[in-house]
Amino acid sequence: MTAQPSDPPIEHLLRELTPQVLGIVVRRFRDFAAAEDAVQEASLAAAMQWPRDGLPENPRAWLTRVAFRRMTDHIRSEAARRRRESEAALEMDQLAPSVDAAGESDQDDTLILLFMCCHTALTPASAIALTLRAVGGLTTAEIAHAFLVPEPTMAQRISRAKQSIKDSSIPFQLPTAEERAQRLRAVLHVLYLIFSEGYTSSIGPQLRRADLSHQAMRLTLLLHHLQPDDTEVAGLLALMLLTDARRLARTGAEGELIPLAQQDRALWDRQQIAEGVALLSATLPKGAVGPYQLQAAVAAIHDEATRPEDTDWPQILALYDLLNRMSDNPMVALNRAVAAAMVHGATKGLELLDALKDDARVAEHHRLDAVRAHLVELAGDREGAVRHYRAAAGKTASLPERNYLLAQAARLSSELPLTNEQE
Amino acid sequence: MKYILMMNGTRASFAEYAKWSKKDMEANVAFMRAFSKQLKDEGVYVATEGLGWPDQAKLVRAGQDGTPITDGVFPESKEFLAGYWIVDVESSEQAYEIAARASAAPGPGGVPGNMPIEVRQVLGSHSDLGL
Repeated sequence: MTAQPSDPPIEHLLRELTPQVLGIVVRRFRDFAAAEDAVQEASLAAAMQWPRDGLPENPRAWLTRVAFRRMTDHIRSEAARRRRESEAALEMDQLAPSVDAAGESDQDDTLILLFMCCHTALTPASAIALTLRAVGGLTTAEIAHAFLVPEPTMAQRISRAKQSIKDSSIPFQLPTAEERAQRLRAVLHVLYLIFSEGYTSSIGPQLRRADLSHQAMRLTLLLHHLQPDDTEVAGLLALMLLTDARRLARTGAEGELIPLAQQDRALWDRQQIAEGVALLSATLPKGAVGPYQLQAAVAAIHDEATRPEDTDWPQILALYDLLNRMSDNPMVALNRAVAAAMVHGATKGLELLDALKDDARVAEHHRLDAVRAHLVELAGDREGAVRHYRAAAGKTASLPERNYLLAQAARLSSELPLTNEQE
Repeated sequence: MKYILMMNGTRASFAEYAKWSKKDMEANVAFMRAFSKQLKDEGVYVATEGLGWPDQAKLVRAGQDGTPITDGVFPESKEFLAGYWIVDVESSEQAYEIAARASAAPGPGGVPGNMPIEVRQVLGSHSDLGL
């Protein structure tokens, strides 16, 4: 972790320049895997030298030059290796760089890089790591730190991802019009996963550095600038803004989870909510409504309620009805059950939950038990609620969430007559 | 998601291991080294440790004034943790697949030992948004 940029403006500049420089280097040398390494090395060199020597006059040209030099070294050593093997000489001088010639295609380059890094041939974890490095400009150490794995493990994961891209021989060009929509969905999914992964309950100083939610929002904003007319890109960005706006209210002093209904709404980021709402309002009338826009609309309704009891649940239910028709997603069905309970009463919500019992995708998911516990409690069955809160606690993979669920069970069982607790 | 794979041995199996031939033991050690390297190459490795044997194990409790009271391991203890791996994988199935590979570590005569490996998820601070 010694080669980390310590100066935030330089850090931000490097992250912004990384995909641009990478695009230039890939175009020039046609080798994504090696180019990505070269740009990472150039970026690390900049992080060491710029704070000490001051910013170069043209930082992008500086990075490009260093990356080109690394590439040339790489090709020379590869060629030397091949020459040793085959005695075939390769003339290297033709590769002398004409720095910064490809400026006008930056935007396309960044888009192509996103499509490559989020290719469906990659597993989600590989796509996430590669996107954060190649497009997000984060160092391997920062990504490893954010996911709490050793740096060599993350380095290996990135290198394997690049190998998969190499093996699948994806050309460095924009996908065709037919492919584009589907490929864009894959990119949005990866960005959403990064956001979700970073939406963590502990916001200690060490996690802030490589704050994944922030990176996801930055990359989605970048994508929105590249594709301003895509309504789902705008929808995802709005969803992130509107969800992240509640970040400070979402956890207590000890990192404990605070559910929406109990959050101190004065802590919500009003400016960010206004931004999200404005973006969504400008997007929805464009017509092509998709799941991210609908989820953003739900988030906006929550954000606009001054008190929990002011929440417009009928409208939320209508949005979940739409979402449910649009996608076969059991998580949507779960949220819809909650909204239905708020509008028509707990019995209606529980009825909808029963339909999910046999859905293998959620049958063993802690959220099914957690929602059931909540609805059973609303219906007045405290003992049942305690049982379901405890069942949910046994299944969750999140420690703050387990603590929250157990606290709910404890709160309810302390209100029960003593005999019920003596099992 | 992270999983811990715990290799448990009975007291008897530790005693048996101590009697393995040099060749069998070397094959087992070589397997473990290669296995760790595979996990690193696959980009899933988080940590691994082997533990001291049960005869060195102590059970510790706090006494009245908080001083440690140590005791030898009780004779009725049947299973002991021999070592563990922590891996970061995409699914529980992938963790089970890795556990099965660990379980197939060679025993006497190179025959797979089929040691039981307990697989448990490591809790994180991240909770899914449920969207």
